[in-house]
Amino acid sequence: MFQTMPLWPARASSMANNVDALYIFLLVVSGMMTLLIFIMVVFFAVRYRKRPGHHAEQIDGSHALEITWSVIPFFVFMVFFGWGAWIYFQERKPPQNAAEVYTVAKQWMWKFEHMEGQREINELHVPIGRDVKMIMTSQDVIHSFFVPAFRIKQDVLPGRYTVAWFHPTKAGTYHLYCAEYCGTQHSGMVGSVVVMEPKDYEAWMGGGGNQPLAVTGERLFSELGCITCHRADTQGRGPTLAGIYNKPVLLEDGRTVTADDNYLRESILQPTAKVVNGFKPIMPTFQGQISDEQLNALVAYVKSLGQQPSGQTGGKSIAAARPQTE
Amino acid sequence: MATAVIETGERETYLNKEYGIKSWLLTVDHKRIALLYLMGITFFFFIGGFFALLIRLELLTPAGDLVQADTYNKLFTMHGQIMVFFFLIPAVPAVLGNFLIPIMIGAKDLAFPRINLLSWYLYMIAGVMMLYTIINGGVDTGWTFYTPLSTEFLNTHVISAGLSIFVAGFSSILTGLNFVVTTHRMRAPGMTWSRLPLFVWAHYATSIIQLLGTPVLAITLVLVVAERLFHLGIFNPALGGDPLLFQHLFWFYSHPAVYIMILPGMGIVSEIVCCFSRKRVFGYQAMALALLGIAVVGFLVWAHHMFVAGISLYAALIFSILSYFVAVPSAIKVFNWTSTMYKGSISYQTPMLYAFGFIGLFTMGGLTGLFLASLGIDVHVTDTYFVVAHFHYIMVGGMVMAYLGGMHFWWPKISGKLYPEAWGRLAALLVFVGFNLTFFPQFVLGYMGMPRRYWDYSHSPEYQILNVLSTAGATVLAVGYLLPMVYFLWSMRYGKPAPDNPWNAAGLEWKIPSPPSTYNFEEQPVVTWEAYNYDELDKRAEEVPVAH
Repeated sequence: MFQTMPLWPARASSMANNVDALYIFLLVVSGMMTLLIFIMVVFFAVRYRKRPGHHAEQIDGSHALEITWSVIPFFVFMVFFGWGAWIYFQERKPPQNAAEVYTVAKQWMWKFEHMEGQREINELHVPIGRDVKMIMTSQDVIHSFFVPAFRIKQDVLPGRYTVAWFHPTKAGTYHLYCAEYCGTQHSGMVGSVVVMEPKDYEAWMGGGGNQPLAVTGERLFSELGCITCHRADTQGRGPTLAGIYNKPVLLEDGRTVTADDNYLRESILQPTAKVVNGFKPIMPTFQGQISDEQLNALVAYVKSLGQQPSGQTGGKSIAAARPQTE
Repeated sequence: MATAVIETGERETYLNKEYGIKSWLLTVDHKRIALLYLMGITFFFFIGGFFALLIRLELLTPAGDLVQADTYNKLFTMHGQIMVFFFLIPAVPAVLGNFLIPIMIGAKDLAFPRINLLSWYLYMIAGVMMLYTIINGGVDTGWTFYTPLSTEFLNTHVISAGLSIFVAGFSSILTGLNFVVTTHRMRAPGMTWSRLPLFVWAHYATSIIQLLGTPVLAITLVLVVAERLFHLGIFNPALGGDPLLFQHLFWFYSHPAVYIMILPGMGIVSEIVCCFSRKRVFGYQAMALALLGIAVVGFLVWAHHMFVAGISLYAALIFSILSYFVAVPSAIKVFNWTSTMYKGSISYQTPMLYAFGFIGLFTMGGLTGLFLASLGIDVHVTDTYFVVAHFHYIMVGGMVMAYLGGMHFWWPKISGKLYPEAWGRLAALLVFVGFNLTFFPQFVLGYMGMPRRYWDYSHSPEYQILNVLSTAGATVLAVGYLLPMVYFLWSMRYGKPAPDNPWNAAGLEWKIPSPPSTYNFEEQPVVTWEAYNYDELDKRAEEVPVAH
């Protein structure tokens, strides 16, 4: 019976051991604190129980003790904080070379798009040993991308990108859940992450016939007419986009922003929000004109500009991303 | 003072002074209003509990087979909204606080008796609006009303539910206002701040949160309703709004609201532990300061509900470390209760059993809160059953335990009757066992990854065993909650008359008859003693045989 009742989810990412180590540490320390309180309560309750001839001895308190049991727990808590923060830092900072998978969540489905153009629904295939960065947005309400075996969770919001990353370490099929309540079929918004040996992954990926995401984006870029203003030379009515990804951009109001995924997305949907210095706010909005998938393709295309053949940032496909040197 | 009282049953009390519905519905007596609240709160507790039982029954099997998905979503939404806004927040302040605060400080009533009655009417109007919502088909936003789901995507009764909670909020604000003014202005001569029972300090701290926090909830709910009706684009990103703004506003109130729920319970436990240990509380000053510390720092930790919501890395770090700051005063309280027992003379009547339960379960709830405040762990366990277990340890293991302990402790004073002690102890035991069986497995479930608010987990049947345990526990817990309801009602008719001070407890409320007369005190009391003067009481009890 107990074989069917595991107490832990599988450990299938580089983060899982870190998180479990801290969890066990917290269990041990807080278990000891609980035990201390339990023992004191039970011991006092028995030792000082009411009985004939026994009188309570009045004690007003002790400043020394109050300080002791404020300061010692405080330092223990700071260890909890520091260790947890250290893990969180790693979770929030995707490695530079991570492969990217665009994710669109909607009621009640997960849609994934690899840079090579493969599309998946409710199933995500990734190889062992690569860093994978999920660039996620939602078409409707807030969802949350949760893979217990990887110990990661990230809310997926409408109107912006959020990012999660992981480094799979063990082949297998793992639960993917939506962890933020999202309406009727919230508990049906589940799927699986399939972690494969690199060889198997190549075979799966080799299914072929797909157009890379950036190529789709390039086609949209000309179909939607973006190309007429955002020309490769600097003569267009809009800023040239080659090489701008993840670079600082000076705005007309004097601020500087980084041209990251969210900036590119915002500039397509709300072009007048942050206008580049030296240009007029004449670009029309594409809000409601294009789907989230098309938006992702456009962003992927802009990221691919000016970084061929092998730039250091963004737009990596899983196949192109180098395995971490072990 | 007690010599003037003749125990013939003819004595005029707040209960028999007037009869008839009108004498209750138009009363301005804080004790009668407390009983009015008690009825409303008990009613909603059992409605919310009934929804909880249906939730547990649905989760007995992995497939969603007992109710439909939408029904399940409504069940956990309304369970949460009813339990939080119609039970946990008002229960202790509006029933026990209302009844006891004026008496404990030596006053005839609260500062604003009519506003007190208005609070109750607002509570009942809100309750009727909530019942209207339920009867018309319910609401399925989750008690958290997250946008844009609540504003743009659901076709249920979001507006009536939101307005109901809006009205309930005003009831809460007015109660808080009343308590703050009463504590400042109505204390008897000699009842200095350093002589206040910790129960009063706890309610004072709670009232400050109610006054400062609840208006933010009201604003937030109005914005949700306005967004839903007029599509203003405050929270909806498609119109340039920000859904995270909603979460900040909501948790700015709803995290401090956790302390509205638990601080009064801490006050009760302090009274009980002192009485049944026959001791002055250990570290009175530290205990009072810790209550205020929790109330103040509690306002600075709200975004720890949002570590995976998309807030910045540095915001998360700040809110994580601040969450640990608020844990320090909580730790101080646990250590002080425990130390109060040291060298005491401890007896195990029902209220003390609940206090034991509170100390243990609050400790576990608090410590698992430290897991959640730790960023790396929170990412994995937030929005899973780990969180569900954690806050039920604080709310049910902590607050409800304290509430029941307080009800047993002061029931003789409130009703003038004794409850059956053996049944009381049995119920306390059932509640403790049932509670742990229900919620402990959920910690394990959460770490395994089971998300909360899942109607169907047939894709993950490995979660079933723990869910079966949890459901089994819930049935035990239900019996544990029904028992006091039955024997309290029974005792009102058949219980032995209660003496004025059945526990030989300290505090002004035990120096007046049970049940008290309408104006509480025959003459203005003058306080010349410190709080929890159990040494003097016990000395006197040995010299003079107990009067009753």
